[in-house]
Amino acid sequence: MAAHRQTAGPVGQAAGQMPPVPIRRRIGNAAFWGACLVALLLVVGPTLWLVITTITKALPHFRWSVVSTDTVGAGTAGGLLNAILGTFMLTVGVLIVSGTISILTGLYLSEFSRGRSRPVLRGAYEVLAGIPSIVLGYVGYVVLVVQFHWGYGLLPAVLVLSVITIPYIAKATETSLAQVPSSYREGAEALGISPGWTLRKIVLKSATPGIITGMLVALAIAAGESAPLLFTAGWSTTNPSMALVHSPLGFLTYAVWSFSPSNSPINSANQLSYDAGLILLVFVLVLILLGRLIAARARRHAE
Amino acid sequence: MTASAPVVRPEGGAGADPLPRRAVAALRAGIRNGQAIRWLGGAGAVVPALALAFILVVLVVKGWPAIRINGMSFFSSKAWSQGNEYALKPAFKNGYELPPGASYGALPLIVGTLATSLIALIIAVPVAIGTALAVVERLPRRLAYIVGLFLEVLAGMPSVIIGLFGAVTLGPIVAHDIAPYVARNVPDVPVLSYFRGATGSGYGLLTSGLVLALMVIPIVAATTRDLVRQVPILPREGALALGMSDAQCARKVTLPWVGTGIVGSVVLGLGRALGETMAVAMVCGASFGAFPSNLYDTMITAAAAIVLTLEAALTDATGYALSVLAEIGLVLMIITLLTNIAARLLVRRVSTTALPVGAGI
Repeated sequence: MAAHRQTAGPVGQAAGQMPPVPIRRRIGNAAFWGACLVALLLVVGPTLWLVITTITKALPHFRWSVVSTDTVGAGTAGGLLNAILGTFMLTVGVLIVSGTISILTGLYLSEFSRGRSRPVLRGAYEVLAGIPSIVLGYVGYVVLVVQFHWGYGLLPAVLVLSVITIPYIAKATETSLAQVPSSYREGAEALGISPGWTLRKIVLKSATPGIITGMLVALAIAAGESAPLLFTAGWSTTNPSMALVHSPLGFLTYAVWSFSPSNSPINSANQLSYDAGLILLVFVLVLILLGRLIAARARRHAE
Repeated sequence: MTASAPVVRPEGGAGADPLPRRAVAALRAGIRNGQAIRWLGGAGAVVPALALAFILVVLVVKGWPAIRINGMSFFSSKAWSQGNEYALKPAFKNGYELPPGASYGALPLIVGTLATSLIALIIAVPVAIGTALAVVERLPRRLAYIVGLFLEVLAGMPSVIIGLFGAVTLGPIVAHDIAPYVARNVPDVPVLSYFRGATGSGYGLLTSGLVLALMVIPIVAATTRDLVRQVPILPREGALALGMSDAQCARKVTLPWVGTGIVGSVVLGLGRALGETMAVAMVCGASFGAFPSNLYDTMITAAAAIVLTLEAALTDATGYALSVLAEIGLVLMIITLLTNIAARLLVRRVSTTALPVGAGI
């Protein structure tokens, strides 16, 4: 890195011994990096704008009652407790269902799968990542909600969200397992440790930070997903129960979408929409910071 | 599943053991030699493949009546009419029933989807590549870390929040500040005439494209940044030694070196833009059955059409409307699958996930 910095430094460095750099070249160079800098500002600026707008729209009217009471009617009064609890249950459900399936998938692909089945199985989950979430929502609605007579509820919503998030956790598991040094495995074998034990206590343990990072991504997706949930989770102004089917539950993205000024003329509902946006934003920021912390700790551990 | 782990040799006198104890012994052995986890993993690994097959089958089965009724004219028609759902007798076509007068065409949806994605790419790609170059070649490490954080925030932002921002903040600005100014000052020549005309309400093609650009940027920028970091130092030093300026080096050596990867990440971003639903649904203006007349006109995309009309489709007792949505979903899925497969083939070497969340620096 340092060596590269020196070579890529300003052009006129060695001007003492060399003929002066032509003015056209200097201008061209400055124009190129100027354009790159403008591009950088075009990314940082709107991101800041987006975050600050989300915060300032919500903060002036944010009351404790927003997180402690349920929504009343179509957002005419009350708060978002039902939606917060619903989103929480959805994310926990995704962690359990999608986490189990994708860790097993990643494990199998990285440790056991040989030959022709490997590209097929891996291709399947990678292709799954490319399916638009609304298509999954449609399938979930038509099959799980209508055909199976499950109605809106936790189970169809979690199943659809799991299909959406499997690729992310599976990929994270597979890559972090592949990065475990083979010397660990050889060492364990040389010490006569059984393969099952090696896998659980040595290989999986050193791959854990990567797997957790993948789960954080899945959490962010599960909490931020909206289109498929509209047709699988429904919406409810009461707190979610433990019932898996036939019990619609609220979730935060519904509040953002349905109470937004483009969909609702009610002032207090619009306010709830901004509040829900702020809560989601804070949740995503916490997840990102957690991911950074885990990555930093894992790196320190590795050194 | 676990009990089927093979080759267990219980210690002497196994034949006399009761079955439960033998099963427990087999389980123990399976766990010890890794066979149990192997079978379990295999069972888990087929789930994504089964899910994929299941989704395809459901879409084809559900969409079959619509495919039979619509035929190929589905892709050339711009009709969008539910027909008379309260008619006493449904109409028949190719053996399937539909409400009399119902007619659906996908052309505006496909045009809308492609147009918004194209606008998003035109804005996002130069910005993202410029950002990646600036981050790697110009910024000190600490600032690069912070910009990486910004990219993660943008990538992890729920699409409804970006949609809300587009509808409440960006849309009015486009309608009142950007669109009138551009529409007045652009010359009336063939291609640029799309920039002229009625400036609309802020809900429409341009706002949708801008919102999608916000979602594509982090994907392309983060991938390009990671690719540029991997370019070896020797060819770049060689370029500088031959007398290139470092801008020329970036343009002629660094970027071509990772060109395929960048194309792959762009296609990955395209996949995201094509399939994006909520954010577009909130800012597109939802006009069915017509093409946008200019850059500011209201429109609709395939994904937004599904989410906005699914509830209304349920009132169609013949099931035709619901079936049409399945066909749209199938078309959308095929388009996005092709782009995604192309992208993954191109960025195979660096591909982690589409979202750079938690990737660190």
